[in-house]
Amino acid sequence: MARRALNEINAGSMADIAFLLLIFFLVTTTMDVDTGITRKLPPPLDPEIEPPPVKDRNIFNILINSSDRLQVEGKEGSIYTLREEAKEFLSNPYNREDLPEKNIKEIEGLGEYPVSKGIISLKNDRGTSYDMYIQVQNELAAAILELRDELSIQKFGMRYKKLFNETQIKAIRKAIPMSISEAEPENVGGN
Amino acid sequence: MARFTKKQSKGSPGINTASLPDIIFMLLFFFMVTTVMRETTLFVKISPPMATEAQKLEKKSLVSYIYIGPPMKVQFGTESRIQLNDRFATVDDIQEFIASERESHDEADKKFLTTSLKVDKNTKMGVVTDVKQELRQVGAFKVNYSTLKKSKKQ
Repeated sequence: MARRALNEINAGSMADIAFLLLIFFLVTTTMDVDTGITRKLPPPLDPEIEPPPVKDRNIFNILINSSDRLQVEGKEGSIYTLREEAKEFLSNPYNREDLPEKNIKEIEGLGEYPVSKGIISLKNDRGTSYDMYIQVQNELAAAILELRDELSIQKFGMRYKKLFNETQIKAIRKAIPMSISEAEPENVGGN
Repeated sequence: MARFTKKQSKGSPGINTASLPDIIFMLLFFFMVTTVMRETTLFVKISPPMATEAQKLEKKSLVSYIYIGPPMKVQFGTESRIQLNDRFATVDDIQEFIASERESHDEADKKFLTTSLKVDKNTKMGVVTDVKQELRQVGAFKVNYSTLKKSKKQ
């Protein structure tokens, strides 16, 4: 009789202990995934080296002033049309004279492809709100992603985000580079 | 035959709860593995802007966070301030912060270090620009502007 009692440990309270721990982790856990727009900052400028000259037709100027108004290519712009304008600038579908030149490059996996020389230049004021800045960055990122998607569907039959082949991803990236340049900060427009 | 009738008259037996701890343990391990303890207490209010092109931030252990936003307590003012780790900081502290973040990682991981800027949407770009200039100086080029994902209108 005594032997039998020794052989069985009462596991009834095990569930309670586990519940206690479970509730602790349930309360402390945070399930939020961080999302954001990833950008690469340029290295600091060397004051002795002159920046290379860029032709006027290859630059797409965006200015944001301290009251969050946009100036796109010298005219007043709107956040709603910015994406289309950026797309047209970067792709230059009809090879217009006032839009960027193209540079025929040999790209592995794509063959020869005319890569646009266009650069989007973004300049903001110290008084610009962060929200507006992110909206503009977002529209530009969307424009580039749409162009990449179009090329990817045309060449490989699927969206850029769905590509899994390293060479194909690299090829698309080379064909449509993320050419957003942020101007050196200046206090324009005062605040 | 008499045996069967006898058994039925006993009524339904209790449910066996022996496997209950196992189920609970399974849940427990799931939460233990997925849980991320919050490392810093926020002193600044941050409501991130929305963006449609937001991407997931991978490898959380390689990310250092810079918080910029208006302080929670009114006595610290209403202007946006920078928070590094557990205290308020100025722009000049950023270089030191990034250097110490680099120290705490392996040599191999150093080039994957990302700085996540968690900035309140009403912040003026002046502070953010200063922070970005400091990051450029110190060579931390990979930045991530923290945003919430907004679904696309199509």
